[in-house]
Amino acid sequence: MRKTSMRVLLCSVALLVASCSGAAGNGGGGGSGDNSGAGAAPAKDATLTLEVYSKFTDREERELNKVLDTFKKKYPNITVHHTGNQDDDKLTQSIQAGNPPDVAISFYTDNLGNWCKSGAFQDLKPYIDRDKIDVNQIPEAVREYTTFEGKRCAMPLLADAFGLYYNKDLFAAAGISAPPKTTDELFEDAKKLTKFGPDGSIEVAGFSASMPFYGNLAEVWAPMFGAKYLGPDGKSGLAGSPQWKEMFEFQKKLVDFYGADKLEKFKAGLGDEYSPDNAFHKGKLAMALDGEFRTAFIADTAKGLNYGTAPSPMSPNNSKMYGGGLVTGTIIAIPKGVKNPGASWELIKHLTLDTDSLVAFSNGINNLPSTIDSLKSPNLKHEAQFQTFLDIYGSGKLVTKPSTAIGDAHLKAVNDFAEQWVAGKIPDLEAGLKKVDDQINDALAQK
Amino acid sequence: MTATLHRPDTDSAAAPARGLGRVRSRRRWVVLGFMAPALLGFLIFFGYPLIATVYFSLTRYDLINPPEWIGFDNYVRMFTSEPLIGTAAYNTLWLVIVLTVCRVIFALGTASVISRLRRGLGLIRTLCYLPALAPPAAATLVFVFVLNPEFGPVNRFLRWLGIDGGLWFNDPAMSKPSLTLLVLWGSGELMIIILAALLDVPQEQYESASLDGAGPARRFWHITLPSISPVLMFGIVNSMIFALQFFTQAVVAGSAAAGTADVAGNTKFIGAPQNSTLTYPVWLYVQGFRYSNMGYAAAMAVLLFVVSFAFTAILVRQLRRASHVEEGA
Repeated sequence: MRKTSMRVLLCSVALLVASCSGAAGNGGGGGSGDNSGAGAAPAKDATLTLEVYSKFTDREERELNKVLDTFKKKYPNITVHHTGNQDDDKLTQSIQAGNPPDVAISFYTDNLGNWCKSGAFQDLKPYIDRDKIDVNQIPEAVREYTTFEGKRCAMPLLADAFGLYYNKDLFAAAGISAPPKTTDELFEDAKKLTKFGPDGSIEVAGFSASMPFYGNLAEVWAPMFGAKYLGPDGKSGLAGSPQWKEMFEFQKKLVDFYGADKLEKFKAGLGDEYSPDNAFHKGKLAMALDGEFRTAFIADTAKGLNYGTAPSPMSPNNSKMYGGGLVTGTIIAIPKGVKNPGASWELIKHLTLDTDSLVAFSNGINNLPSTIDSLKSPNLKHEAQFQTFLDIYGSGKLVTKPSTAIGDAHLKAVNDFAEQWVAGKIPDLEAGLKKVDDQINDALAQK
Repeated sequence: MTATLHRPDTDSAAAPARGLGRVRSRRRWVVLGFMAPALLGFLIFFGYPLIATVYFSLTRYDLINPPEWIGFDNYVRMFTSEPLIGTAAYNTLWLVIVLTVCRVIFALGTASVISRLRRGLGLIRTLCYLPALAPPAAATLVFVFVLNPEFGPVNRFLRWLGIDGGLWFNDPAMSKPSLTLLVLWGSGELMIIILAALLDVPQEQYESASLDGAGPARRFWHITLPSISPVLMFGIVNSMIFALQFFTQAVVAGSAAAGTADVAGNTKFIGAPQNSTLTYPVWLYVQGFRYSNMGYAAAMAVLLFVVSFAFTAILVRQLRRASHVEEGA
């Protein structure tokens, strides 16, 4: 029996080690990570290599490589080595292990608060002050998502604005002449555009209300209703917000029109968001909310699609915000522990503040150029549909997600709620939202 | 007080005893020397992580800054205010029970059928084992396609029969059974192990039992099962640990059901639909590496350790008891 107990103990220890081996790592992060001042800029003839991590792959990775090559004009002896397909998890683990890249690029703004608060990303203020950078070149909402509690630890590398994509052929067939401007119009148009099969199944959905699904996320919908995640006290207050209630009631109304089961079955038969089988590409969705980057995917894989773009429809109670919408984007930063932070900053400056670089990269991957100057550049070359997003970006009505230290825990909580709400598992909307508040506030309390 | 310059006489038998003791002591050091690499490995790779995990579970730790001691707060949070840990624990418990039972029975059933084959044994054995070689992420994506409610071959076939197939991975009530099917498809390793045990059972015992008038069921119950019970016990413990660690398939299936295979960097799609595929290890990973709550994740790991230890101990004891009863009978 003693042998048996020993075996059981070993099995259990192995399990514990397997499930939590990361906890045994050191917490230091290593490297200098000196935040007291800006690292010196490299000499013009300095010879060194900068490692860049990003999540770009394939076409987008090649476009970034082209822009990185232009850094040679400023520093001929600096080699930039770019490793694509590096997600936030790998990035965090490299910083934690004391082996970070010289420059970190993240697709998401959700983890910025955590990186900023923990010091995983260095404060860029000393560099900005030293080089007298005018951060007002960047729209306010974009400045907001690249800072946490006033600390700037990232710069925006292009930006993403969300708007409405609509299929012009399906609109014409349904006798609709213009895209909806209000959520009421969106609902009516969705009904007209939806086609049911003989067995009652959905063949074409006017507008999918499933959430989370494609760009159909709570954070994309929230600006349409003026719903905010956090109150002035920094705590979640969804249950007391009429905007959130309006949003979820609108969603339920839309789902009830289709039937929750039918909509779920329809959703299950659609292709992956970033594949050529995306439902909007295939004409299975007549309208969809998405970022400006979708124009590049359509140009790449659905050339014959006759589509238009427009700002997201707004709730009648929030109509003054029409023309604006959610903005988010890729961020770029200097991780803790890099050997040449001054050189890292020079590359970041080149990528995020040099108009030619921004325009070239924007043209390459169909993202929005993030500074006001680059937005006005005559060298921007995009499809006609892209102009809508340039207008949204310059509208002064941009809304972003709050920077928090809890990653996307609050976004997951709200999207989880939306899933359960439309499935009819939440009998009382306000009580359900109160539970979401408790969940988010519990996560916030850990920081 | 007296002193003597002479060594007191000792028993004549003491000298060989002392020599034997010295030999034993030297042998002990030699044994220890040979064991040293293994012991060192055990201490570094088992002892230290175990102690470190318990220590981190009593701290607030973001992986970047030094841990901050907070006592039992992580454990209190786990049992009072954090809502998703209950969901994650339920999902994992479901898998531990259903997946363990189904996997062992399925592997035993398949192995029993194969062991009776007279022709094509090698081919069938290889075909049954092949799915076990498929990478978990790829296998899951294939299964998501096969079980796609709209265009998947399974539902198409069911529609042809006039049956409305389910939503499989898109239905919170069906997602875990769908994952179980996926695991059964890939349980070739266990099937091969059980098959080897089945082929090792002496044929004479079956012949004797047949002569005594025992039917197939009695032969299976009284000969096959006791003979392969150590292998079955391994299968049960192995399946249980597999279920407790269930991660990749759950994440990939959940995100694919939500319409995207891209979950790197965000957690919104993890657990879909409706957190029915959010397993305990997945939530542990999210807490530790996505939300940087490594202290809380360590507390979750300690709880998992305690529960898995208890599960395994009870199981081993029960099976041993059953085995003794069987032997006695």
